[in-house]
Amino acid sequence: MQSTEIAIIGGGPAGMCAAQAAAEQGARVTLIDRGKQLGGQLVKQTHRFFGSEYEYAGIRGIHIANILEDAVRKLDNIEIKIDSTVLAIYGDGVITIEEGENYKKLTSKKTIISTGASEKMLVFTNNDLPGVYGAGAVQTLMNEHGVIPGENVLMIGAGNIGLIVSYQLIQAGVKVAAVIEAAPQFGGYHVHAAKIKRIGVPILTSHTIKEAIGKEFVEGAVICRLDANWKQIAGTEKKLDVDVICLAVGLSPLVELLWHAGCQMKYVPQPGGYVALRDRDLQTTVPGIYIAGDASGVEEASSAMIEGKIAGLSAAEALGYNKNASHMKAKYMEEINILRAGNVGKKVREGLKMLAV
Amino acid sequence: MDFVLFDGKSLRIIEHPIIQFPIKREVTFTFEGKKLKGYEGEPIVAALYANGIKVLRYSPKDHRPRGLFCAVGNCSSCLMEVNGEPNVRVCVEELKECMVIKRQVGKGTFRGGESSCKVQK
Ligand SMILES: Cc1cc2nc3c(=O)[nH]c(=O)nc-3n(C[C@H](O)[C@H](O)[C@H](O)COP(=O)(O)OP(=O)(O)OC[C@H]3O[C@@H](n4cnc5c(N)ncnc54)[C@H](O)[C@@H]3O)c2cc1C
Ligand code: FES
Repeated sequence: MQSTEIAIIGGGPAGMCAAQAAAEQGARVTLIDRGKQLGGQLVKQTHRFFGSEYEYAGIRGIHIANILEDAVRKLDNIEIKIDSTVLAIYGDGVITIEEGENYKKLTSKKTIISTGASEKMLVFTNNDLPGVYGAGAVQTLMNEHGVIPGENVLMIGAGNIGLIVSYQLIQAGVKVAAVIEAAPQFGGYHVHAAKIKRIGVPILTSHTIKEAIGKEFVEGAVICRLDANWKQIAGTEKKLDVDVICLAVGLSPLVELLWHAGCQMKYVPQPGGYVALRDRDLQTTVPGIYIAGDASGVEEASSAMIEGKIAGLSAAEALGYNKNASHMKAKYMEEINILRAGNVGKKVREGLKMLAV
Repeated sequence: MDFVLFDGKSLRIIEHPIIQFPIKREVTFTFEGKKLKGYEGEPIVAALYANGIKVLRYSPKDHRPRGLFCAVGNCSSCLMEVNGEPNVRVCVEELKECMVIKRQVGKGTFRGGESSCKVQK
């Protein structure tokens, strides 16, 4: 059995920032990620990031991952475990890990859960056929492993992820037949929409997918229009000859470990589904278990990084480390409030109101 | 049941404007008894896609084809039989020389340690 002061589960931007913040206070940290490298979602993002200028906006995601990883690797009180999947957190605080081919156990005084989010599914006929993917899968396959998912894509969802992944597909030499969006307006930023429109990809709003066609794998898709009440309009069906259907219809926080640890959970649509109640320090209702990043509610990388710092500082502070920690925490809280201000942050603020303890 | 061996053409990216894919060692493995090539250490599914194979298994109840869905080990859509062991998530399992890969039907069959190299000797 190994032991550590602060275990951090998930080495995306939130987990890496938490590790750095806690270790700089002096705490002994173990940072665990199931991937072959640190970085989470960032390692698949070839575009320049939107977000806060303090959190590297304007830099490509893949490069932000490098910056954060360098900072983490410089601190020798951080132990990094990659290729390590956390399987469970038991009542007695034991964390079990599949590390490579080995089964390991770890105890910690504090635990930060920053496992990110996973794609939502959509209901339509034949949605289980090979060739229907989550947008994240397409990115992983293409940007990490150098393999494209197919030759002609129907993208479902015109939020930022749908628009960005469409552009990435085109960069990789794949044709995008159309991006469809159920809402009357697309949700993503105009810069991303403009990029793919310029290439000639239609963005069809008030449209949905009715069915996937194919016997062994996707060979086409039927789309149709939606009326003002989001009902399918008969007679507007159109068949597209695509071999890939990519779902970018939102994310849900990955919260299995939080359920397992016994944290009080609540269904709140704004942050993406079931999420844990938390206090100002990002501590859940189970003392010593903290949350940060998309796992605490789906948002974006800048807020994931700041939440990571807040959770890391809080956990270190609770262990008695205090190099100006409370002052720094106050600064980060102010920073995140600015990020969540205005119209863009309205949804996030509404969701958070329902989760405070 | 007739298996479709090759569903399409290779899906390997040759050139990319931003990302460089380091060249890895080529290894040989078998899929449904047929010899194929892939790169050592890439996820098994990447090597299968590079050989045009997208159907990974058939579901237990309705025998529906199943393929890659999440690519990060979350969903279990990609379970196959690898070296005689069923229920391997091929989106996160690394490809190695001599692997024996089979489409899983239903819950699969445990066949014990298989290797395509031993068979050839
Ligand atoms: C296409 C796309 C474009 C985006 N563009 C932007 C943008 O321009 N600007 C922006 O601010 N944000 C953007 N985002 C969002 C941003 O990438 C995420 O909000 C951010 O990565 C969340 O960070 P995180 O650390 O919470 O989670 P993640 O980055 O998802 O990291 C979670 C990590 O936890 C690991 N993990 C999960 N479960 C376990 C387990 N059981 N054991 C061990 N490890 C585990 C995962 O492997 C992963 O590495 C984009 C996202 C996508 C998909
Ligand atoms: S595709 Fe989801 S686990 Fe492999």
